[in-house]
Amino acid sequence: MTITFRSETFRDDFTFRNSLYNIRRFPFPFDRDEYMYSVNMEPHIRGKTDSVFENLIDVDEHYVAEMHDRALVLKEDPLRCQALPHMMAAQWDTLELLMEHQAQDYPEHFTLTKDGDRWRWINRPMGIDDTFTFGDPSTLPYPPMEYITRQAQGDFCIVDQRDNNLWMDAGMVTTQADWSLDFDIGMNFMEWHGPVPLAHQIGVFDRALKFLLNLQQGKPTRRLNWTMTVNPRLDTSPENYHKWGPDRATVTPENVGEKMHLRVELQSLWRLPRSNAILFVIRCYLISLDELVTVPKWGRRLPRVLKSLPPEIADYKGLTRNRPIMIDWLAKYDDGAPTSAGIYPD
Amino acid sequence: MLVQGIKSRPEYKGLDIDPHAKRHLFVLEGEGAAALADQVDAKGSDFLARSEILYLAAGAAPKAYDAVLLALSPDIFWQAPTLQPLLFRLRACLEQARMGTRLYIAGTEGFIGQIMQVALEFGIDFNSIHTEHRGSTARRVQCVHCKGITDNVRTSPFACSHCGLPLLVRDHYSRRLGAFQGVNIDAEEPGTAPAPEEMFP
Repeated sequence: MTITFRSETFRDDFTFRNSLYNIRRFPFPFDRDEYMYSVNMEPHIRGKTDSVFENLIDVDEHYVAEMHDRALVLKEDPLRCQALPHMMAAQWDTLELLMEHQAQDYPEHFTLTKDGDRWRWINRPMGIDDTFTFGDPSTLPYPPMEYITRQAQGDFCIVDQRDNNLWMDAGMVTTQADWSLDFDIGMNFMEWHGPVPLAHQIGVFDRALKFLLNLQQGKPTRRLNWTMTVNPRLDTSPENYHKWGPDRATVTPENVGEKMHLRVELQSLWRLPRSNAILFVIRCYLISLDELVTVPKWGRRLPRVLKSLPPEIADYKGLTRNRPIMIDWLAKYDDGAPTSAGIYPD
Repeated sequence: MLVQGIKSRPEYKGLDIDPHAKRHLFVLEGEGAAALADQVDAKGSDFLARSEILYLAAGAAPKAYDAVLLALSPDIFWQAPTLQPLLFRLRACLEQARMGTRLYIAGTEGFIGQIMQVALEFGIDFNSIHTEHRGSTARRVQCVHCKGITDNVRTSPFACSHCGLPLLVRDHYSRRLGAFQGVNIDAEEPGTAPAPEEMFP
């Protein structure tokens, strides 16, 4: 299918919108009317047609605009992309994985041809046609991870595995929900999750780590995570919190439907073949409340979830200030009818 | 006593002399001198003949721990006037260090963090370094916004010494930076920062 890429912004005038088609395929993260942390992992396999699970590396109508926004972030702050020196093999693994998936599933937009180590990569939406030698960084305009993640939606962390732990040793992070790669790089799994409330105590991270240490090549896994963001801003980094934080005080009952966005991360984890590292893809999807309530099931369920949220989680996700406004505004979409199980629209 | 339960913060388990080390390198600051003296009391003084001590008196200068350390008669005792020459000397020591050298660090958390950073640069596994926290619980904090580091932070919030933003000190520590994370506390409504409260005496 040929995607029509939107021309839109994620800052300043915030012209980002979802098409009707894209609203229906939004990965709504709540499969029931309440929410608590869990090790909600499932095999990352192909799902329904016209869902974000149709392809394992999803490309959508926001691709070109997101890549432009990433380039702007990197101009302001190059530390959003970093790799420790021992991660070069994993960088090439990442380049290979992303090129192969994008070329295989979106042949109208991407083409990869290989002649031994001589590879040619064509990215039509971005007007790129490069020939390079796989394994030789001097043949690319950027290091391999940076090169390919400037051309792939989502944030990317490459996690090294040693000493029975996972280590955040490389990443491209420009669409994050308020965490800093520059601060966390080099940390192990427990350390970088240190600030998350409640989950440590209920053993979520111990179980998740154990699971991930055994992740097998060719059997990627996924989970959904979520938060909410005022305005469709991709770069909600701690680095720029003093710039986007004031947005949170601009939400009113009149504008909440337009301004408040559900922000869902489709996190997928892939064992990499040469390095034995894990590629952690954190793909961010945004939808305004106005757009979200066009799906009646989601309009019913979201206020129920927000009401039942433990205060620690609401606080960690930065929802405390605007939760009452959202719940009040959403109330008119909840007629009290039961909701069907699962995340998909009825 | 440091706040417990911060997952990203290293555990400072105590100097605990390694009897099998061929050489002991102690890097001590202020009250950290007493951590070594306590080890001598508990374990005897045999290891001192194979020991080098680098000492920075810092705020503990009036307590004359330098005299205490000198009286232990280690193989080498060297005292630095400030941190910078200490780091310079430490690098020289680590350049020449041989297999079987054990590194010990004691002092305030900010000091331990900065010595640890140098040790990590030299490829020493952080798990093999013996550390003990002594003295003030003041924190070394990196401003997540301008990336500037402020030493000896005793309050939260505090004004970043580089960009001036009022920062909340988070319980999140980076070993690589040797610092806690500081995040603007009144970003949502500038000008509403609460008064600083002494949290890290």
